[in-house]
Amino acid sequence: MSVLVNKNSKVIVQGFTGSEGSFHAQQMIEYGTNVVGGVTPGKGGSTHLDQPVFNSVEEAVESTGADTSIIFVPPAFAADAIMEAADAGIKVIIAITEGIPVKDMMKAKPYIKEKGATLIGPNCPGVITPGEAKVGIMPGFVFKKGRVGIVSKSGTLTYEAADQVAKAGMGVSTAIGIGGDPIIGTSTKDAVQLLMNDPETDAIVMIGEIGGNYEADAARWIRENGNQKPVVGFIAGQTAPPGRRMGHAGAIVGGADDTAEAKMRIMRENGIHVAESPAEIGAVMAKALGVEVQ
Amino acid sequence: MNIHEYQAKEVLKSYGVKIQEGIVADTPEGALEAAKKLNAETGTSWYVLKAQIHAGGRGKGKVKETDSNGVVLAKSLEDVPEKAKNILGGTLVTIQTGPEGKKVNKILVAQDVYYPGNSEPKEYYLSILLDRATGSNVIMASTEGGVDIEHVAETTPEKIIKEWIDPRIGLQGFQARKVAFKLGLEGNAHKEMVKFITALYRAYDATDSSQFEINPVLKTSDDQILAVDAKVNLDDSALYRQKNLADLRDLEEEDPLEVEAGKSGLNYVKLDGNVGCMVNGAGLAMATMDMIKLVGGEPANFLDVGGGANAQTVEAGFRIILQDPNVKAILINVFGGIVRCDRIANGVVEAYKSIGDINVPIIVRLQGTNAEEGAKIIDESGLKVQSAITLKEAAEKVQAVLAQG
Repeated sequence: MSVLVNKNSKVIVQGFTGSEGSFHAQQMIEYGTNVVGGVTPGKGGSTHLDQPVFNSVEEAVESTGADTSIIFVPPAFAADAIMEAADAGIKVIIAITEGIPVKDMMKAKPYIKEKGATLIGPNCPGVITPGEAKVGIMPGFVFKKGRVGIVSKSGTLTYEAADQVAKAGMGVSTAIGIGGDPIIGTSTKDAVQLLMNDPETDAIVMIGEIGGNYEADAARWIRENGNQKPVVGFIAGQTAPPGRRMGHAGAIVGGADDTAEAKMRIMRENGIHVAESPAEIGAVMAKALGVEVQ
Repeated sequence: MNIHEYQAKEVLKSYGVKIQEGIVADTPEGALEAAKKLNAETGTSWYVLKAQIHAGGRGKGKVKETDSNGVVLAKSLEDVPEKAKNILGGTLVTIQTGPEGKKVNKILVAQDVYYPGNSEPKEYYLSILLDRATGSNVIMASTEGGVDIEHVAETTPEKIIKEWIDPRIGLQGFQARKVAFKLGLEGNAHKEMVKFITALYRAYDATDSSQFEINPVLKTSDDQILAVDAKVNLDDSALYRQKNLADLRDLEEEDPLEVEAGKSGLNYVKLDGNVGCMVNGAGLAMATMDMIKLVGGEPANFLDVGGGANAQTVEAGFRIILQDPNVKAILINVFGGIVRCDRIANGVVEAYKSIGDINVPIIVRLQGTNAEEGAKIIDESGLKVQSAITLKEAAEKVQAVLAQG
């Protein structure tokens, strides 16, 4: 089981021959991810990192049977690449690219939904199922195999959480970096739902930040569905001033409901174990699961 | 990215949105010239002088030096230079600027649009913005114009009209008509409002904006619909294809340290606290700020050095943080994933040495690949730098430093 990506995922890399694409494709291959090829328009027919390069996602899917794509295409062309993947029948699309115009994503999102694809990101570190597949840019060694699922808007904070979970004697089933943009393909709630339904996941770490209503929606959903598994929550940006964008395009306090304080309150009200400090994520999870910290 | 009212109005006008006409000036003499020209073009004999700063609440705001409001009415040409003088070059303090206020470098000399006629002038509220929950744009309108819309939303939410726009087909005619009817308009005023909303949405879409706020929208006594104020917020990610709009950026409205950081490719936001921080990744950077607060400090900044933390980025980060006189300690927090901690540690040492004497205590927390080797390099450097590996340890060291301070 596990969610989104596993050892059977056949992965193609869009933006395969670019510097980012090459570097991370190499890292993924070394991790053991089943990378079956890549797409760079105009370079079809060549070979890169011992894998075939195709002109289009359609060709790549036809010839490799790929079902998963990771996108490193520059922002101006990334929404187009996402839609191309969905049109070609890719089921899981993971968009790493940061800085895609909002208007482009606004059009791409309903398009891919109609095609039946799941989009993770953009502006995200990707997805990893430890020991099976890494489809992202995260350092694989940080993620020890285990039974805690992670959902996060942030890259390095995900690594931090995975590291603390490991140091507290647990491991990760699947970690999903959903991304820090205002419009993303998979919401916190969608990702939590996947992990709630995953028999290999016993508990969930949910990391959010200021801006938007995703964490509050997820918290309410968790409660409505009977708090089936323990969830530990952390919200970054308690000290962020209103109206200022904090790095991520989506990390901006717009009203009274999207502050860290409000989100933490809503999480508590819905039975989520809230870590006040980012240094406590692992400890709070250990406590929630009754694990003795090593 | 924000732009000034006078720039926003020019943009709107170029898409066929009717505006309160005006001419921008940066001297009292220039303001008089602008008023004369406006008189010739529009026939107005009263002039509204509006301070151009990136903050709301200008009308009620006060210029520190002269006690003038940020928006004033001159009822004759003779009045214009004197009243302009009381605003230009002054420091305008509004509810949005904070007590330090903002320097006014330009004023907009605008026509009077509240002239008497067949009907009473009436103010409305209109905005278009991204609704993150639905992933689409929403038009918000209200008959309660010219006032604080957040207050209206809180006290009388039924007075806010919302119309969501399907991103794939854009604004449809029936939607614009519906909004105008819900605002209680009829006859020619209704027709004008439909045109106004349609043109406004066209402008919003074509400029890759993330927010338009027109407050107030005025129905004049002769049933014209005009934008009297305009707040335009552009999507930073789309500026690469909006060259003309990107050029409207006013660096004087931004914190000089933030501008400097931007030139070094660093994402920096100046805050008021005493502990500077330098972190890789936006989420971890925010979390680090929160942790500083939890141990009794206040974050002096947000600073994301991005994925590749190296000697150059760390040095640039040090130089920015050290220019802030409030900083009493610096916490570097890097989760070394693909970049190894020993290399980052060497980068920190190199950057420190290149700057020379740094008089505030520094805590360097490196976690990830080769974390122990990284800590060793820091500890053996002979510099006034402490190492930490876990976040908890880093927090305790910051706390200890603050207790000594």
